[in-house]
Amino acid sequence: MNRKNKEKLIEMFFLFNGILVILILVGIFLLLLKNALPAFKEVSLQHFLTKPIWNPDAYEQPTYGLLPMLVSSLMVTVGSLVVAVPLGIGTAAYLSDVASPRVREIAKPLVEILAGIPSVVVGFLGIVLLGPVISRLTGTYNGLNALNGSILLAVMALPTIISLSEDALGSVPRAYEEASLALGANKWETVIKVKVPAAASGILAACMLGMGRAIGETMTVLMATGNAAEFPRSFLGPVKTMTSTIAIELGEVAYYTTHFHMLFAVGLILFLITFVVNLCADIIFHKHTRVQA
Amino acid sequence: MDKKIRMKAKDVDFYYGPVQVLKRIDLDIFENNVTAIIGPSGCGKSTFIRLLNRMHELVSNARLEGSITLDGKDIMAPEVDPVEIRRKVGMVFQKPNPFPKSIYENIAYGLEVNGVRDRDFIEQKVVESLKKSALWEEVKTRLHESALRLSGGQQQRLCIARCLAIEPEVVLFDEPCASLDPISTHKVEALILELKKDYTIVIVTHNMQQAARVSDHTGFFYMGELVEFDKTEVIFTRPRDKRTEDYITGRFG
Ligand SMILES: Nc1ncnc2c1ncn2[C@@H]1O[C@H](COP(=O)(O)OP(=O)(O)OP(=O)(O)O)[C@@H](O)[C@H]1O
Ligand SMILES: [Mg+2]
Repeated sequence: MNRKNKEKLIEMFFLFNGILVILILVGIFLLLLKNALPAFKEVSLQHFLTKPIWNPDAYEQPTYGLLPMLVSSLMVTVGSLVVAVPLGIGTAAYLSDVASPRVREIAKPLVEILAGIPSVVVGFLGIVLLGPVISRLTGTYNGLNALNGSILLAVMALPTIISLSEDALGSVPRAYEEASLALGANKWETVIKVKVPAAASGILAACMLGMGRAIGETMTVLMATGNAAEFPRSFLGPVKTMTSTIAIELGEVAYYTTHFHMLFAVGLILFLITFVVNLCADIIFHKHTRVQA
Repeated sequence: MDKKIRMKAKDVDFYYGPVQVLKRIDLDIFENNVTAIIGPSGCGKSTFIRLLNRMHELVSNARLEGSITLDGKDIMAPEVDPVEIRRKVGMVFQKPNPFPKSIYENIAYGLEVNGVRDRDFIEQKVVESLKKSALWEEVKTRLHESALRLSGGQQQRLCIARCLAIEPEVVLFDEPCASLDPISTHKVEALILELKKDYTIVIVTHNMQQAARVSDHTGFFYMGELVEFDKTEVIFTRPRDKRTEDYITGRFG
């Protein structure tokens, strides 16, 4: 086979892969849509989007309000970002510019190991370790609440934020760093005041991908947030996120009931949110690399 | 040589890992003089002037022997903070490298990291240093625009302004005109002559005429050695070493 044909073949292979990914994505979307739509024969879309209660088991009047779990999901996600973003950027800044080569050599694999911890283990730690601590510090019953979930999700989003932010910092032209140091700035000032702003779009993309991970995470929040079906009131109260709701209820629900279809509707919303978040991250990221080039 | 010596390199050997790039360099830098460093590509000119403000420390496997002093004090001594040295010995790089920030912020930055908090003082310094670097007239109406929108020559003068704002005592220029057109080059040269009154200047250049025009002393580096160092007029009219003569007359490149 000559070289040209070979290249053509390789190209076809990747094209095929690309198309396959798109097909799978569209397939999932259609599947969710197909299973979600029947729910709206009995319940209005307005009911779904505005009712503040999710109670499919009510004997008289089952309600299917998305809001409590949407707010719950947003709470733990935003909470996790509040913890993970500053910590992640700080760690990335430290690793890329301040740490000695030896520290870096040890720390980088550690960050990768952190990414590989199964979510069920993180959730377990939330129950046996973080829960009691929160409970003691705040005087709440068992410490299984939005705060607990936020912290655990932060831990899970950190590796993504750290390693992608570090990459972004690494692609900042060295001339900026030299200019800053030559003006008498120290390493921290240089990385925080010059390199982080110069890498802002890459870091933003890193945070969005971390956020995408946090929104979709299921097992950890399921274990650590208490799963109360009420409308979330504070970070110290139990919450039940969209992912937890689907995971818990889909196992028990009778097939092809309104409740069943409603869970797919929730899944569809979740799919759309993660899709948009990841898309935004991607757009920001590519804009960033184009500007750099 | 009646002038006061500001900086002095004595018996300097310098290595990148196992490779020796500078050999037994002895060189004096005089106050309110322009000292030019010339020599063929790769002979160690940049390496040498980066030692003068300890920028060589950014390279992890760099190793220095011998001493470099500023006003008689060893700048490499363990108790000396490189940040302190870089404040006193400023640097302008070959390629203009303004930060991707506004013109104003580019200059304010150096002041801020050196602990200046007074907004009025910063503002005044911005104006003053832009005037000193002969850029003020061109940018006074757009101080808050991105510095990256300036032309190459303007960017380089901004880098000079940024450097001057923190009031260094010595200013190092590493081929400051290498990426500039003749008009910008002329402006930067005029500026260097002007700055000589207040600062001590070291300039690396590939341009013989430039060295002859702006400098008082010239050092010729060749393959990591300082072949000859003398008053510029001596170097260019009666060089002692054959290699210096060949280089300045363009007989080898
Ligand atoms: N970071 C580095 N690591 C290893 N070797 C280096 C490094 N920087 C420079 N060198 C080597 O040191 C020698 C001197 O380089 P230097 O940049 O000082 O030359 P120069 O005289 O400034 O040349 P030019 O006129 O091309 O700028 C060269 O052989 C170069 O390859
Ligand atoms: Mg050089």
